[in-house]
Amino acid sequence: MFDFILSKYNYWIYIILMMIGFYAMIGKKNLVKKIIGINIFQTAIILFFISTAAKRGGTLPIVEHAHGHGIHHIHAASYINPLPHVLMLTAIVVMVSTLGVALAIVIAIYRRYNTLEEDEILEQRKWSRSPLF
Amino acid sequence: MVPQSPVLVVVIPLICAFLTLLFGWWRKGLCYPITLVSLSSSFLASLHTLHAVITTGTIHYHLGNWEPPWGIEYVVDHLNAFVLAIVSFVSLVVAISSKRSVEQELPEKIVYFYCVFLLQVTGLLGIVVTGDMFNLYVFLEIASLAGYALIAIGEDGAPFASFNYLIFGTIGACFYLLGVGYLYVISGSLNMADLSQILPGLYQSKVVLVAFAFFMVGVSLKMALFPLHVWLPDAYTYAPSTVSALLAPLMTKVGAYVMIRVMFTVFKPYFSIELIPVTAVLSWMAAGAILFGAVMALAQIDLKRMLTYILVSEVGYIALGVGLANRQGLTGAILHILNDSFMMLALFLVVGAVMYRSGEREIPQLRYLHRRMPFTMAAFVIAALSVIGIPPTCGFFSKWYLILGAIAASQWVFVAVLLISSLLNVILFFRVIEHAYLEPHEEHASGGLELAIATEEAPLSMLIPTLIATAGIMVFGVLSGKIISTIIQFAVPTSF
Amino acid sequence: METIESIRPLLAVLVTLIGALLIIFTGERHRNLREFWTLLVSVLKFIIVISMVPFVLEGQVLEYTVITLTQGVSLQFRVDPFGMFFGVLASALWIATSVYSIGYVRGLNEHAQTRYFFNFALCLSATMGIAFAGNLLTLFIFYEILTVATYPLVAHKETEDAIMGGRKYLAYTLIAGVVILFSIIFVYTLTGTLDFKPGGFLLGSGSSATLIFLFALLILGFGVKAALMPMHEWLPTAMVAPTPVSALLHAVAVVKAGVFGCLRIILYVFGPELLHSLNLWLILAYFAAFTVIVSGMYALAQDNLKRRLAFSTINNLAIIVMGAALLTPSAITGSIFHMASHGFMKITLFFVAGAIYVKTHKENVSELDGLGRQMPLTMGAFAIGAMGIAGTPPVCGFISKWYLAMGSLEAKEVIFLLVLLVSALLDVAYFFPIIYNAFFKSPQEDVNPHFDEAPARMVLPLLITAIISLILGIFPNAFFHFFNIASLAAEKILGGM
Repeated sequence: MFDFILSKYNYWIYIILMMIGFYAMIGKKNLVKKIIGINIFQTAIILFFISTAAKRGGTLPIVEHAHGHGIHHIHAASYINPLPHVLMLTAIVVMVSTLGVALAIVIAIYRRYNTLEEDEILEQRKWSRSPLF
Repeated sequence: MVPQSPVLVVVIPLICAFLTLLFGWWRKGLCYPITLVSLSSSFLASLHTLHAVITTGTIHYHLGNWEPPWGIEYVVDHLNAFVLAIVSFVSLVVAISSKRSVEQELPEKIVYFYCVFLLQVTGLLGIVVTGDMFNLYVFLEIASLAGYALIAIGEDGAPFASFNYLIFGTIGACFYLLGVGYLYVISGSLNMADLSQILPGLYQSKVVLVAFAFFMVGVSLKMALFPLHVWLPDAYTYAPSTVSALLAPLMTKVGAYVMIRVMFTVFKPYFSIELIPVTAVLSWMAAGAILFGAVMALAQIDLKRMLTYILVSEVGYIALGVGLANRQGLTGAILHILNDSFMMLALFLVVGAVMYRSGEREIPQLRYLHRRMPFTMAAFVIAALSVIGIPPTCGFFSKWYLILGAIAASQWVFVAVLLISSLLNVILFFRVIEHAYLEPHEEHASGGLELAIATEEAPLSMLIPTLIATAGIMVFGVLSGKIISTIIQFAVPTSF
Repeated sequence: METIESIRPLLAVLVTLIGALLIIFTGERHRNLREFWTLLVSVLKFIIVISMVPFVLEGQVLEYTVITLTQGVSLQFRVDPFGMFFGVLASALWIATSVYSIGYVRGLNEHAQTRYFFNFALCLSATMGIAFAGNLLTLFIFYEILTVATYPLVAHKETEDAIMGGRKYLAYTLIAGVVILFSIIFVYTLTGTLDFKPGGFLLGSGSSATLIFLFALLILGFGVKAALMPMHEWLPTAMVAPTPVSALLHAVAVVKAGVFGCLRIILYVFGPELLHSLNLWLILAYFAAFTVIVSGMYALAQDNLKRRLAFSTINNLAIIVMGAALLTPSAITGSIFHMASHGFMKITLFFVAGAIYVKTHKENVSELDGLGRQMPLTMGAFAIGAMGIAGTPPVCGFISKWYLAMGSLEAKEVIFLLVLLVSALLDVAYFFPIIYNAFFKSPQEDVNPHFDEAPARMVLPLLITAIISLILGIFPNAFFHFFNIASLAAEKILGGM
């Protein structure tokens, strides 16, 4: 049992982080806290991907002196997997763009309602129920 | 055939988005023409691709000449090409109609609007044309982010609705990304065709099951399938008219397309139907969507909001077609992608025109509309008949196939749901039609006393797209047989 | 029986469609031009339809396929004797109704005239489509178009009552549409085809329970437009429409389309052999007979002239269905012929009701005392029509009732003969007092004792239809070869088993 948790610790960490972020997104009332939750959520996923790339005893996936020297035999197993890192570069960009758009929207909301608390905003919009119907 | 046409469809709007920004700073009036030119070229490229697929079969395009599965591949088969043509045509039509309403609603943001508009279209087109799982995620996020931005510049209530949509949309996209990650972990590939070869041996693995679960939930969120539709009514109601007209027909349909891809191309149909009875669950959720959308729409006073709930219902039709898991059902679902795009396009363009002329959207305020805007209302009536399912409009034919599929699967509850929803739609639309067309008179009202109400029809740049959409509804209805026999027949996987 | 390919059925449908577009573009400003279009297209249509009669009389079938809609089913027109019959009837009556409409609408200075004539023309297109439909799907498509096109006509007056009447009409017909759609798709799943065949095509395609269920659904669905009880309620409520619309609905288009649909189901989809083996013919006949008697009794109780005529219509439609259900040569011939004879007679009666309203604004039977002095032509036409409905020679109603009576004897069920006799008695009971009061009672204060007829544009059509009813009664094959076509249809149905 213990072994089960320890051997897959990367999955446990990412899942816990993801759930924290998810809770923040849904459960918190402050809009900025929701955004932080989005960030944590997406970071957790990025960590998951990266963690699947790691290998015990693997080294950085850069082949030394490879330029112009013809094809070397590469023992792929000794390098950590570069593809998830590359994918996650894109995902980080997406994360940052989402953050940017979200913050811009929040600024617009603040200008209009003068508050960043969801319940006060809903009050102002005179909805007696949350938009989550 | 131009071998690059699949890529051109996506690249032209992408580059023109930035060109718009550039030229727009110099002269604002150039944005609209650039948008039109880029979307027309994109549409021509997509037609060319469609034609090539019909005549020669699936097209593969390797980006940068890298062989898959190392490189990103664009695969265009019948399903793809079909949706591609729809998306590019609808966005072109919306762009044509956008000029007046954008000038009226967002006068100082025209340049940025068109830039983000083109980015949105790029995203949608990219989702449809790509054959690589992660590439799909990238385009999905491009489309989503552009969508959040476009919606947020709408009227009062739009930023908050967009923020809500952002939260939901991010969850959806991230779930999709997780799914991709799990699939990569177990198979080492991101290419759809490659995955469809590798996965069958791994169907018993929990990793694959989890990946599939994440895909389903993520795509359902994007598609606004009940009960994950919650973001849609607010977001599409408060968005600017043009944005609603663009997103309503397209975003959800592209989401449905992704669902069909994942369920039937990446994962073999046998997986989704027999191994895990996903289609059974999907069909029940879809039935819920159909009824829920229709009932909620009954409660709305705002015409645009009513239309968004009808959109939820229409998504239900497509999902039901997928969930029935037989040839007729899937044919109906794919045909409905075409039909619903045009129906929603026509309806939202009508609402946009009404908003432009009168600034009013509530149903009781639509009195005398048939005198003020006769052609627009005529378009509305035809679109309404199509949603109800009266032949020979296109909506009837998708209902025909869906009911056929439901009978073939012996699912009598779904047959009843489909028929009842037609009747609910009758009530919904005739409520509006009565208000717009019939004016309460006293008995023996002698004519000639007709109130002098001037005809203030929508400007041509908005009217013509509406009429094109309406013409499409009628034409595609009659041509359904042809469309199915040339395109859709081959888009349905052969194992059905 | 050879099949010829001919574009004429499609042309017949398209002529009024183009006319409708011309009407709406001509608009209110050029009303005479607009009225000209209406008359022109109805005459053109009649000519096209008549041109097909010689082919049909020789036993040929004209066919035209427009486009394939789905596997095994196309949008197809096929002109067989029964379809020809309905087509000729509808287009002939239409000319009369068009002239009458123009007179009525201008006489009352109605509002929204362009919309009225536009929908009028659309209805005619849809009716032609129904008449010439070659399969259930084509029939259904035009059936629904007819529903949509008649709604604005029913709700034309736009008063509270009119809007309510329109809603009721829509509710009944669209629910029926949904039921029919389900049944059509079911038939398609059973047989893979929807083409009409004289003698039916469903024999052996499913279990008895399934077929009985389908039959019930289809009759209920088409029965709404055919105003079979208990689906008849929309018809009296729809009397709130202007009289030419009622004339249209009750003599020509909607109800006859409903009956036409019912007969297609009975004779061309299920067929005599299948219905005999399931014993459904007797059940249907009883069902229709019930409507015949009850509607006759209702008619007695109505004071509003149009409502009385509405129930009389329900009565006659049920007679048509009853006749078809008996499935014998004379019964089928009589039933089909009754579509025409009732059409001419009932349209006369409705025209009279409209003329009375335009001239005197009177709507109730109790107010008609002495009207014969003021409007002898009008009331005379009424007398002819009423006599015919009751089955009195020499009006054409006698011929159809005669054949129906023979048919019930051929079917060896005397009870239906009794039903016909009782219904005739009831007809006399609710029509005769009107005629008597109009001619033999002293006029009320507001009746002009001198000759003061309704406008000529209204009197002329009703006189013409009354005279045609007389002529058809003496020479059933006059003008349009109605009788021959009807008996040819019956032959094909019973012979083509």
